[in-house]
Amino acid sequence: MKKTATLLVVAFLISIPFYSGEYYINLGSQMLIAAIFASSLNLLVGYGGLTSLGHAVYLGLSAYITAWLITKLGLGHAQTAVIALTATTIMGMIFGWIALRATGLGFLMLTLALSQIFWGLAYRWVSMTNGDNGISGISRPSPFGVNLDDSNYFYWFVLIIFLASIFIISRIVHSPFGVSICGTRDQSKRMTALGFNVWLIRWITFVLASFFGAVAGLLYVYFHKYIHPTVMSITSSAEALLCVIAGGAGTLTGPIIGAFLVMILKNYVSGYVERWNMLLGAVFVFIVLFMPSGITPWAAEKIRLIRNKFE
Amino acid sequence: MQIWAIQTLNSLALGGLLFLLSSGFALIFGLMRIANLTHGALFMLGAYVGATVMAAGFGMLTAAASSMLVIAIVGGLIERLILRRLTGNPQGQVLATLGLAFIIADFCLVVWGGDPIPINTPDMFQAAVSFWGLTFPMYRLVILVISCIIGIALYLLLEKTRLGAMIRAGVDDMQMARAVGIPASQLFTIVFCLGAGLAGLGGILGGPIFNAYPGLDADMLPLALIVVILGGVGSLVGTFIASFIVGFIYSFGIALIPDLAYVILFLPMVIVIAFKPTGLFGTIRT
Repeated sequence: MKKTATLLVVAFLISIPFYSGEYYINLGSQMLIAAIFASSLNLLVGYGGLTSLGHAVYLGLSAYITAWLITKLGLGHAQTAVIALTATTIMGMIFGWIALRATGLGFLMLTLALSQIFWGLAYRWVSMTNGDNGISGISRPSPFGVNLDDSNYFYWFVLIIFLASIFIISRIVHSPFGVSICGTRDQSKRMTALGFNVWLIRWITFVLASFFGAVAGLLYVYFHKYIHPTVMSITSSAEALLCVIAGGAGTLTGPIIGAFLVMILKNYVSGYVERWNMLLGAVFVFIVLFMPSGITPWAAEKIRLIRNKFE
Repeated sequence: MQIWAIQTLNSLALGGLLFLLSSGFALIFGLMRIANLTHGALFMLGAYVGATVMAAGFGMLTAAASSMLVIAIVGGLIERLILRRLTGNPQGQVLATLGLAFIIADFCLVVWGGDPIPINTPDMFQAAVSFWGLTFPMYRLVILVISCIIGIALYLLLEKTRLGAMIRAGVDDMQMARAVGIPASQLFTIVFCLGAGLAGLGGILGGPIFNAYPGLDADMLPLALIVVILGGVGSLVGTFIASFIVGFIYSFGIALIPDLAYVILFLPMVIVIAFKPTGLFGTIRT
């Protein structure tokens, strides 16, 4: 049942470019990128129980490194991608080491402070980052000669990476290691007593999350061919967190659905009103107050209730 | 020499403002375990409210008083109407304050527009003072003096009054404090109003230095967080000292290596966190 449903959804996602206009295909690419990003954050927030408010720094860092290497050094795409992913993951190791000195609110404040520092850096280190002008003139790669400037091919390219990322993430969370992550979230003291190294498990989760964040950053900069400091702002970190929380933290599908909804909302609303930030804030407060476990668990509960009624 | 002296004074003034901002944050965090992410936005709102009052022809003193009052009321409403519903859910509370911070910041953008609103230094403080053969802008000295006075007043409030004793009891052990009959509910609202009011006061006092502009909130919040992480939660003295440390590092960083000022900020925080996760003077592990 679950397998068939997954296959149907995948088939649907693959088929979208055949009957959709350019606008919707591009929106689809953006939704998939946001979904990878939200799923990476979900590893930390949902499974690890560590609410990070600075996840955008990994997306931004990998995007900036890519942009910088391509435009300033003229490196090829393959090298650039490897360097950007490695460097960002190493940064994640360092940040994780710092931020995991604390848990709970201290962790949240540390991740926020760390990401704000890099946001400030992106704005002010003009010689490296072009400051408020951002870096433009980034090209898309053409793996195996496929021209990704075509929005259809780019969508499929993103979809392949999306499916691969989600597959790997699902393997991780269903592995014994994934179960131990949840253990550190629910019962950290008992986990310690059982001989698990709680700190190390959290740190590895942090590094994994930063790696997948970097993957999303790579796709992000390929999509926009442009990068601006706002990608590292607290607003982007908060958006990603909203995707996770609204969709349902600690579930595989939750953050994906959350990311789809947030991207649709953002695209439609920004077409009509300028007040995206106010709406984002209001949705945040609403979700926290009225739907704390997120949309997916909430819907699953409703479906279960309706089913019970019929049986 | 003149430049160094001025930079030193700038650092002290920034440190004073940071103390106003972060002492409120630290008070709220210490007592209620809420990381109030609206704090930067309240600082900015304070600057805007003060600017509006001054534009209506009132003096700095009236502006400061009204900013403090308005922001205190906003803080009280946030605590009563929203955070109160999320008691026992620290993650929900911090996310709600994050959402509110966006709403407040966007509200400021709607009402006051995207251009910076200049806030003039009050006439009586516009003069420069000179001693030791150096001249200083007087207003920075005034900020330093005011923040020291507020620091002392807060210290006296916490250490010498009944209210302060109740707050300290709540910080140390909330459950015991409730058990001995301390009215925690009122205490929370009072402390939240006080903390928010201090942020509002910081906003208007910092006005002549920063002006009121969109994005002021995002510039100030990380500084407040770094101060609190450095100084340690639950220690007013720690917050005071850390404010000036951050003030110095940031001012000199901006002056000497403007590109990397933000990175230099991050170093003392990393060093302190690495060796003493409770912060310099903190007793409570965040």
